[in-house]
Amino acid sequence: MRFLMTVNGGGRQPDEQLYAEMGRFVEELTRAGVLLATGGLDRGTHVVATSGNVTLTDGPFAESKEQIVSFALVEVRSRDEALELARRFWSMVGEGEGDIRQVSGSEG
Amino acid sequence: MTSGTAAAHGAVEAVWRLESARIIAGLAGLVRDVGLAEELAQDALVAALEQWPAEGIPANPGGWLMLTAKHRAIDRIRRNQRLQSKLGLLGRELENLQQDVPAEFDAVLDEARIDDDLLRLIFISCHPVLSTPARIALTLRLLVGLTTEEIARGLLAAEPAIAKRIVRAKQTLASRQVSFEVPPSDERPVRLASVLEVLYLVFNEGYSAMAGDDWMRPALCTEALRLGRVLAELMPTEPEVHGLLALMEIQASRIPARLSPAGLPVPLPEQSRGRWDQLLIRRGFTALLRAEQLGGPPGPYVLQAAIAACHARAHTAADTDWTRIALLYQALAALEASPVVELNRAVAVAMAGNLERGLQIVDGLAAEPVLANYHHLPSVRGDLLARLGRHHEAGAEFRRAAELTRNLAERSVLLQRAAECDAREA
Repeated sequence: MRFLMTVNGGGRQPDEQLYAEMGRFVEELTRAGVLLATGGLDRGTHVVATSGNVTLTDGPFAESKEQIVSFALVEVRSRDEALELARRFWSMVGEGEGDIRQVSGSEG
Repeated sequence: MTSGTAAAHGAVEAVWRLESARIIAGLAGLVRDVGLAEELAQDALVAALEQWPAEGIPANPGGWLMLTAKHRAIDRIRRNQRLQSKLGLLGRELENLQQDVPAEFDAVLDEARIDDDLLRLIFISCHPVLSTPARIALTLRLLVGLTTEEIARGLLAAEPAIAKRIVRAKQTLASRQVSFEVPPSDERPVRLASVLEVLYLVFNEGYSAMAGDDWMRPALCTEALRLGRVLAELMPTEPEVHGLLALMEIQASRIPARLSPAGLPVPLPEQSRGRWDQLLIRRGFTALLRAEQLGGPPGPYVLQAAIAACHARAHTAADTDWTRIALLYQALAALEASPVVELNRAVAVAMAGNLERGLQIVDGLAAEPVLANYHHLPSVRGDLLARLGRHHEAGAEFRRAAELTRNLAERSVLLQRAAECDAREA
């Protein structure tokens, strides 16, 4: 099953040490064969559709805590495995918040 | 069980699945005995199941398991003179060994050394002194971390049979004194071929799962893929390792499309390509590129991956570059001549536009004893005959294929094609 682990903005400001730690974490996940994809996200454009009318708004946005700034897509055998990976990641980062969500249709 | 206990059990299991291969490998590096290493790792797992629910999950669970197991290993070595002499240890060295086990969890996990031990464990699990079924069972046990019961379910075998197979495999490794080493360079190609074969067999076992099968069967695909990805990191300069990985990634990309809603297998050209997993396809392309960049003449897995890539690259079945596929099969046949490869080449040649030539190749295979009961032979022949408008002969071939296949779903597809031929004939 696949899980998308996301990191919200507003957490610990990434410094050189955190980048190095994250690099090591990504490498560890790759070596374990569980990491399918990972990436960072820019502020982007906000889209609102109302009765078929589409409005595009460019950032910046006030509440960065509600914005996803990076993600990792992992393939694991159980929810507990995904939670364990998330626990490792967040104890390394120290501060911040994010989510772990199973990708629908990836139960097998 | 309280919810806290259940959570702790879940966590123990998750850590075990993530870490067991590395823990067993690290221990085997210490005690030089795979069976003993697994026993010690299991002891540590039992200790975790006892302690974590009460004391909480440690900050570094993998390190905790490894350290606990290492302490047990040292205790065992101290008590066991025979083991000491086997390892060639003297009292003083044993003390040093004890001191080498640091109190800090982090330092226990010397990643580079464990990588080496893990590679040794992979080679030993797939050692040619073991029968192929034994290699598969041992790999699933030691490297994937499955229980005997899970392995039995995955392989559609009885649990006691799998348990016996694993015990015997460990005994064979011990009695033949197989050393816990990466094979020397002269043995390496043969030993690596055995590792790749085991991974691909596990993958195919999972790939052949049908709708309604135990979920453990398709899970074997994911496990083989995961091991393939691990191996590609451990042996980055071996083109065939990347070739096999590319082949498995691309084949796995088709899993969502390979069965119809009724559970019948859908032939590749008829699969809905929108359901192919583009992420896995892209990962497959990347692995294939890595293999090709390493240079040298392509081996059998690189060639098969290149063929799979031709299918993955085509946006519609009609876009498939069959000419290239036919050439790749020709190269594959030159490496390992096999009637099955030749049959696939016949299909590619026919699909590339030369139906008569394709049929000629198929007819040349009619006397092959290996294919005597192989339902794909009459099924391919039937398909080519139907395309040539020879419906009467085609119908007979489809019926023969239906008799030969043991897969009920496939049989009904073949009988339906036979009926279509009869209708055209009439």
